[in-house]
Amino acid sequence: MSHAAALPPLVGALVALLVLAGAALAMIGSWGLLRLDGFYNRIHPPTMGTTMGVALVLAASAVLFTALESRPVVHEAAIAVFMIVTTPVTFMLLVRGALRRDRALAGNRDGTPAPRLPDDAGAASAPADGR
Amino acid sequence: MRRALPFPVLWALLVGMWLLLVETLDPAHVVLGALVAGVAVRLLAPLLEPARVRRPLAFLELSALVLADVVRSNVAVARIVLRGGGSTRTTGFVDIPLALRSPVALAALACIVTSTPGTAWAGYDARRGVLTLHVFDLVDEAGWIRTIKGRYERLLMEVFE
Repeated sequence: MSHAAALPPLVGALVALLVLAGAALAMIGSWGLLRLDGFYNRIHPPTMGTTMGVALVLAASAVLFTALESRPVVHEAAIAVFMIVTTPVTFMLLVRGALRRDRALAGNRDGTPAPRLPDDAGAASAPADGR
Repeated sequence: MRRALPFPVLWALLVGMWLLLVETLDPAHVVLGALVAGVAVRLLAPLLEPARVRRPLAFLELSALVLADVVRSNVAVARIVLRGGGSTRTTGFVDIPLALRSPVALAALACIVTSTPGTAWAGYDARRGVLTLHVFDLVDEAGWIRTIKGRYERLLMEVFE
């Protein structure tokens, strides 16, 4: 980072734009999480931060270090791959946990009307799709 | 040969990742990476399903499609959040009957659905082959079934089955 001054202005502007766009997506996602009602609505917006938000920040990182070190720096790609393949695991755990809770309580705790829940056949085969 | 090194492609990918992370082609690291990847593949082998990308072109088409859809749905969900949620928007679960059966293809579909803001994987009934999605902006149910089956399932079957 000590060479940041040596960065061409155009590259600096591109990096700044990518970082800000990624951060903006993550912030809009968190804002949605904060203000939407109900579990099933609130799981959707944070996905913006974990998909395109992360992609833009990683792109910024790759551009910056490629420019600073004058050689292609692409190990950010590994982070992207790990994000893509690990997010579904926690995501499904959360959704299945919420479904189990809502089937037991027949509705949400926070007073929103009971959503139409998938029938219990899915729950019975849960170990099979957890492979 | 098969016993000595199951899943050679996975092994090569692990070695590649190791070298990418240490950022060197030093022979010592190549040997170390090869050994670590060898142990990892041997330990993972009982858990893995053999899979083969049968049509690389279909795989590229799928990747481009998913990339475009991720960008599109990011913009769509951001717009809904910034507009303030909107009480006219309906959300709900959609049951989608799938012909797709290969566990690897289903895992790929799970990654696609999760990476696309606005759709969430809510369950999969292996006996009936029915996928349940939660959709953030459910305009029409039939349209979503067409989207998943027509866009993703067709290409995933071409790639993996």
